[in-house]
Amino acid sequence: MAKLPSVSSLVHVEHLGVTFGNTQAVRDISLSVAEGEIVVILGPNGAGKTTTTETILGFRRPTSGSVSVMGGDPYAERNTVTRRVGALLQRGGVWAPMNPREVLALTATYYENPRSSSELIELLGLAKAQHTPWRRLSGGEQQRTLLALALIGRPDLLVLDEPTAAVDPEGHHLIRDLLRAERERGVGLVVTTHELNDAEALADRIIIINHGEIAAQGSLDELRNKPLSVVELSQEIESTEFASALGYPVSRDGASYRIDGVVLSAALLEEAAQKCGVTVRGLRTRATLEERYLDIVGGAQ
Amino acid sequence: MKPWWAQSRAEIKMTLARGESLLLTVGIPLVLLIAVNATTFIRVDAPRRIDFLVPGIIALSALSTAMVSLSISTGFDRYYGVLRRLFTTPLGSRALVVSKVVSVLVVEIIQILVLGSVGIALGWRPHGGAGALAEAAVLIVIASVGFAGVGLLLAGSLRAEINLAASNGLYLVLLLVSGFVVPASSMPHALSTAVSYLPSGALAEGLRAVVGSHSWPWHAAVVCVAWALMAPLLAARAFRYE
Repeated sequence: MAKLPSVSSLVHVEHLGVTFGNTQAVRDISLSVAEGEIVVILGPNGAGKTTTTETILGFRRPTSGSVSVMGGDPYAERNTVTRRVGALLQRGGVWAPMNPREVLALTATYYENPRSSSELIELLGLAKAQHTPWRRLSGGEQQRTLLALALIGRPDLLVLDEPTAAVDPEGHHLIRDLLRAERERGVGLVVTTHELNDAEALADRIIIINHGEIAAQGSLDELRNKPLSVVELSQEIESTEFASALGYPVSRDGASYRIDGVVLSAALLEEAAQKCGVTVRGLRTRATLEERYLDIVGGAQ
Repeated sequence: MKPWWAQSRAEIKMTLARGESLLLTVGIPLVLLIAVNATTFIRVDAPRRIDFLVPGIIALSALSTAMVSLSISTGFDRYYGVLRRLFTTPLGSRALVVSKVVSVLVVEIIQILVLGSVGIALGWRPHGGAGALAEAAVLIVIASVGFAGVGLLLAGSLRAEINLAASNGLYLVLLLVSGFVVPASSMPHALSTAVSYLPSGALAEGLRAVVGSHSWPWHAAVVCVAWALMAPLLAARAFRYE
């Protein structure tokens, strides 16, 4: 068996492009994942998140660019790479009659030094469901079983596509704690999600993909701290009138007025409001991740 | 425990636990054996009806396990994303295929023991001793590889529901035309000639020759080998994980 080198960058993707027929699913995606780092990929449906993760897992050869997982080609050296990578797929299943304990015991035989099935059943709160056939498990129990399967081989890298989908709020916390514990162990994680709360709770780095391209990336603080002012006024006025008084472009979002790229001073705002014959009710000058995300993906959601 | 062996055990357990699979692989062949032996409305090409029926029914049971049951279970594995998930584990496609082959062979051994025992109880007396039985086993294994190739070709290229209908439809057609219970000699000449080039028809014909007159059926053996080489190659080319 070929051995993969030990490298601190577990995943290295450079200018990745994947085309299906005439459709360019992703283009020019570059990212890396280090040991003990959680990289969260955010994006609307069809943005290219799953194509990216599946290419990292060796499901397909890149049309352009390159993907390296622990120094190896995940497509050509799949049998070697899979020994060190745990994966949770969006459409990955288990044999209908098998229960979580049986499928964990079976999957453990694929690996040289697996974790204990009992430990994972306990960690993922599957004790009550461990003898229930897969087809009778709830969506959340199925998802937790799939996560246990991803963890059973003591992977160095976890690639998780929507790990908290269909999971109840209690399960969200449990999974987040578990993934943080894996990071502490030095495992690198690539996590795709729609859940902004999960991204905020987990990510060391966030990559927002839209229309198959990276639209923004950085740490949570870097993404949130883009200058922004959101103003609430005592009564509604035309945004053009407010923009003219402020000297900056203004977009109106319901009762709020949004000025991108600027942190307004209270004095400037009061003066502009006075010119327009209104008073200021509120001012916020930092974007939430949700605002940043919606700003980037626009009407795609 | 080795992964391929653990996987084989799981495949065997699941196959034997599937009611519809047992009906297809053991129930229908057993009912046909007993019912057709007890009636006279089908004329057979042998002095003793049971000597004609048992080899044909064993060929039918090999078809039902190696092609139909394998195709349907693999089709649903694919549909429910089991194959996609396995792709991300170190099990590997070779170990998966080996485990499926082992499970098919184990189920076939059970089928042959059950059907052979019932046949003997009904008066079947195979000729040629251990040599003939060994030759029959070789033919069954070769034909099963061809059946499995066809089954995996369907499972790996069609949607699960279409595969289910296609596999069952093919089973019914082959059940009627392959000479399992209705002698090929009673069919129109063109049809009986075509059937002798199918793996199902060739296996039925070959088994009758081996355990009936203990002669090596060259035509049937060549047909079975050709299907065993061709069908898995086609399946490997057409198979899609999703």
